[in-house]
Amino acid sequence: MSAPMAGTDHLSHIEHVILVLSGKGGVGKSTVATQIALGLRHAGKKVGLLDLDLCGPSIPRMFNLQNQDIHQCPEGWLPVFVDKDQHLSVMSIAFLLEDANDAIVWRGPKKTAMIKQFLSDVVWRDLEYLVIDTPPGTSDEHISVVESLKSYNPDGAVLVTTPQAVAVGDVRRELTFCKKTHIPVIGIIENMSGFVCPHCTECTNIFSKGGGEALAKQFHVPFLGCIPLDPKLTHCLEQGKNFLEVYNDTPTHKALDAVIERLIRIDRDLP
Amino acid sequence: MADIPTDAPEHCPGTASDDAGKAAACQGCPNQNVCTVLPKGPDPAVAEIKERLSCVKHKIVVLSGKGGVGKSTFTAHLAHGLATDHTKQVGVLDVDICGPSIPRILGVEGEQVHQSGSGWSPVYVDDNLSVMSIGFLLGGPDDAVIWRGPKKNGLIKQFLRDVDWGEMDFLVIDTPPGTSDEHLSVAQYLKESQIDGAVIITTPQELALLDVRKEVNFCRKVEMPIIGVVENMSGFVCPKCKNESQIFPPTTGGGEKMAADMDVKFLGKLPLDPRIGKCCDEGKSFLTEVPDSPATQAYTQIINKIVDHCNKFVASKETETGEKMEVGSSS
Repeated sequence: MSAPMAGTDHLSHIEHVILVLSGKGGVGKSTVATQIALGLRHAGKKVGLLDLDLCGPSIPRMFNLQNQDIHQCPEGWLPVFVDKDQHLSVMSIAFLLEDANDAIVWRGPKKTAMIKQFLSDVVWRDLEYLVIDTPPGTSDEHISVVESLKSYNPDGAVLVTTPQAVAVGDVRRELTFCKKTHIPVIGIIENMSGFVCPHCTECTNIFSKGGGEALAKQFHVPFLGCIPLDPKLTHCLEQGKNFLEVYNDTPTHKALDAVIERLIRIDRDLP
Repeated sequence: MADIPTDAPEHCPGTASDDAGKAAACQGCPNQNVCTVLPKGPDPAVAEIKERLSCVKHKIVVLSGKGGVGKSTFTAHLAHGLATDHTKQVGVLDVDICGPSIPRILGVEGEQVHQSGSGWSPVYVDDNLSVMSIGFLLGGPDDAVIWRGPKKNGLIKQFLRDVDWGEMDFLVIDTPPGTSDEHLSVAQYLKESQIDGAVIITTPQELALLDVRKEVNFCRKVEMPIIGVVENMSGFVCPKCKNESQIFPPTTGGGEKMAADMDVKFLGKLPLDPRIGKCCDEGKSFLTEVPDSPATQAYTQIINKIVDHCNKFVASKETETGEKMEVGSSS
């Protein structure tokens, strides 16, 4: 995989491909995907982030890239760069919409075609990591991306859940999806676990606690850690700020750091 | 849902027209072959569904562009709230094929659907509250439904056409997040059977509103009336010190401002209460478990507004067509 191939195959240059999946919506897939991308960049890696949520793309907003456009070059589409050093690039359907409120009302086949195009036509150049954010579910988008990635040997999938049983129930199905499609599971992250009241520091488990860890144990997959429910993190994402830079001493930051460290380490262990 | 695609050549007769693929304008259109080969006219299922659902007075769709904002939680509690009136029959249809949570939230996980001569019998939570979900058709909690769009549409069609709901006052339809196959199918199949309207759920932060605005535009595109917007998870009151925190901060004015900007009704705010999530996990109704909480009051108010809308909607339809709806219990 390391030797760059000639031709138009833009994915073969990429060393590691990580999918972020969850059966449930709104558990923080995009949040985790952005934080992983930022964390890897902090660790000095060249990172690309591909947003495959066609009906609800949130990644551009999280990086404050709402009004950016995609440029064309002879080889294909150029992704949008987040930083000046061009170490972190993003691709999302939001860049292709004229009005942010436009709804993408597409059925499966059209979504599949778009995803194929995203995977084949984006000029990522020499990335070390490609992080792929997905919509919730186990349907068109997921089948397409997994099929297209098969020949590139992806590192695997990070599964995001929230602790309550209703969410864990859907993530169990996602685990089955990974098993059936032979995508290795890197591990499970439990997001929104516990909220510390900023007034009295009392910790309330708004969405219960421990569901993700129990699930990981039951299915014998690694548990990557808990990320607490932190209004500071939501705030940073809303304004497109880099949470890892702004609040580098919070428990949330430590939790995220641990996850990213683990991702880098796991990859090194791979043959 | 116009029959003429936006990127069609000039004078396109429309994909459902008898001339599709044969008109002069079709010459050279890349989709001419598709139009010629596919069967013409509306899907016969649309009429069958109309027939089947003619004994359902009100149909409400719960939508949101964003996932995890509480669509299923709201659907379940709307149904519970409507069913507190024992003279009303309420049904819940879960069209979230890949992540059905309704069976768990309503406490009927692991139940089976039975088949009878008149179709599939839904699962009963209460005498006047019945449910249908793909969750009842799966072998176990780990079963994943790895289906592409057409297969999902087929099941939704079956759910709408083949479930024997009986006489019903309210049918609440819970949807997955997005604006794709499931939503288009529901809109298309129910075109003839009159949806009272859609309730759109959001959370206060801009990242959710971003997707929810798309959903409002979706409703407009498919001509589905919008009952209003509900803001869920707005404000968390610490059980210890009673101070309120904004976990999902409304940085751009929240659901209320979004509703005003998009010119849709705002139905109300529901606070983030850990007990709601717990009730959902245990399959109980929060409204009866904690009847005196602010969240319950907020729920009741919103439910009343929705019932109001439905009554007005049906009344306006009756005057429009000049005839009474063919509902047995309306006498």
